[in-house]
Amino acid sequence: MSETGALPLEATLAAPEAEPRRRHPAWATLRRLFRHRLFVTGLVLFGIIAFMAAAAPWITDANPNRLSMRNKFQPPGGDWVFGTDNFGRSLWSRVVWGAQLSVMIGLSVVALNAVFGTLIGALAGYFRRLDNILMRVNDALMAFPAILLAIGVTAMLGPSTFNVILALGIVYIPRTARIVRASVIVLREMEYVQAAVAAGAGHWRILRHHILPNAMAPMIVQLSFLFAYAVLSEATLSFLGLGAVPPTPTWGNIMAEGRDFMRDAPWIIAIPGVTLMITVLGLNMLGDGLRDVLDPRLRIQQ
Amino acid sequence: MTRPLVEAAALSKHFTLGGGGLFRRPGETLRAVDGVDLRIMEGETLGLVGESGCGKSTLGRLLIRLIEASDGQVLFDGADITGLPPAKLRSLRRAMQIIFQDPYGALNPRMAVEDIVMEPMVIHGAKPDAAARQRVAAMLELVGLPRQAALRFPHEFSGGQRQRIGIARALVLRPRFIVCDEAVSALDVSVQAQIVNLLQDLQREMGLTYLFIAHDLSVVRHISDRVAVMYLGRVVEIAPKAAIYDAPMHPYTRALIAAVPAPHPAGRAARRAARLRVEGEMPSALNLPPGCRFHTRCPHAMAVCRSVSPPLREYAPGHSTACHLHDPQHRPAATEEFAA
Repeated sequence: MSETGALPLEATLAAPEAEPRRRHPAWATLRRLFRHRLFVTGLVLFGIIAFMAAAAPWITDANPNRLSMRNKFQPPGGDWVFGTDNFGRSLWSRVVWGAQLSVMIGLSVVALNAVFGTLIGALAGYFRRLDNILMRVNDALMAFPAILLAIGVTAMLGPSTFNVILALGIVYIPRTARIVRASVIVLREMEYVQAAVAAGAGHWRILRHHILPNAMAPMIVQLSFLFAYAVLSEATLSFLGLGAVPPTPTWGNIMAEGRDFMRDAPWIIAIPGVTLMITVLGLNMLGDGLRDVLDPRLRIQQ
Repeated sequence: MTRPLVEAAALSKHFTLGGGGLFRRPGETLRAVDGVDLRIMEGETLGLVGESGCGKSTLGRLLIRLIEASDGQVLFDGADITGLPPAKLRSLRRAMQIIFQDPYGALNPRMAVEDIVMEPMVIHGAKPDAAARQRVAAMLELVGLPRQAALRFPHEFSGGQRQRIGIARALVLRPRFIVCDEAVSALDVSVQAQIVNLLQDLQREMGLTYLFIAHDLSVVRHISDRVAVMYLGRVVEIAPKAAIYDAPMHPYTRALIAAVPAPHPAGRAARRAARLRVEGEMPSALNLPPGCRFHTRCPHAMAVCRSVSPPLREYAPGHSTACHLHDPQHRPAATEEFAA
């Protein structure tokens, strides 16, 4: 504690007019996160995939769809890092570009959830009159198994990248909203919220300054797991032919095409499978680490 | 102590439990506060004591309109504030504030102390500029914190220091009336004394009026001018401090005071002789007993107590109680000792 306080103290004494440096409590949390082995491992695993996604145009030849019939079914190694598929397309290119699509879809679903899940959850939790209506609609959506609902929505809208994002958004937003609602219900009874009411604060100020910042932790944890689910669901949908339209490479449709040649060219299905596994594993480890550090209920047990 | 600053008239708060849902039946009614009349004089400290669940916190929050009354009125400075529209209520909030029990839950962990103390000022139109920061620093010094505390976060402080921050936040708008809701109950005894003394100093300096809610009778005795005793949503006795501790009228008050450990052995013996036992638990506020609420546990209960609810009536100057034992009409021969 003395270490934490020493610096800003001296700074103020020396120059009382200058805006002094503040040690936000988030710094301590960050420090604990980077000491958490599971979190760091997850971060590295997911970091590899994220790097592949971001650097796709520079680490592959630009076109993942270039055919080369002479080179079909080349095994991994040699000229072809990950081998080639039944049309002689470079699997490295396809998997890397697939990673870009997966990460992009994952991020979009997470962003949709962060916005609408928070909005619905905060409204339901804070304005109790809205709670009944919003949560019954929520329950109705949650009554469907996630992947079934996603298949239903994409089947209805037609296969495309945008529709996959929309479908996964519809599937997962109710789940995020529930979690946000639960924290908001707890937080609105906190005495510091009561104090703000007593000081005359309006609803908007209370939500923005007192409730939402303190509801962030469980939501960040939820969103990191959601990222993994979204990537996995997207692969499932495109494996079933409901994702991005081929020849656009996605891990799901690479695996779907590779299924026919599983015996002779197992790498076509194995490589995107392993990449998918690394992504989901990394994100889950990251989420577990975040939960350990951010979720106060578990911190007490330590 | 000339005129009442805060008044409650037949003030009630009833909570409906389990009701309101789409497919749920209307629930039971919990009468947390049930027809309370109370006057708090300008500049005084009124202690409010009672068991947990008797409605004392609810009453405190009703008085500053942190929760809405189901029935009855609250008067502040002579004006009815019960039905005040939000815009007018906001400006009124400057005048009344609350200090909470839990020094850990009362401060937003994500705000620096300066922002916490400044927030009420900002809500009431102050710009968060150098002048405002200066005022926060002055406020912190007033409650006994170094001005450098402004830049730290709540987790860097002890319980007593956090309570001081909470007090600074409550006082920064220069209110007239403060509800201290168990403000020292969660603190160590030595720290309790410091905070109580601080509250008293501030009262003298700023001319504050306190409603001091507590369950610790010795703290209440130290700080209060008058004391009100609550039982199951009603005020059962209210009197100047000396009267309530030396000559309690209501059997419940007598039992409460007898239960305070006496510091001196001689006092203990005397206390033991006069001890009044109250057995059992407080009945549920969901299912109130008919007549006097205390009759289920009262050692002096009479037939009338089971059917007629005693009104709060003044039996000695400034000393009111709600008990049939003191009513000449009902007073039985056997409890002559009660008619002090």
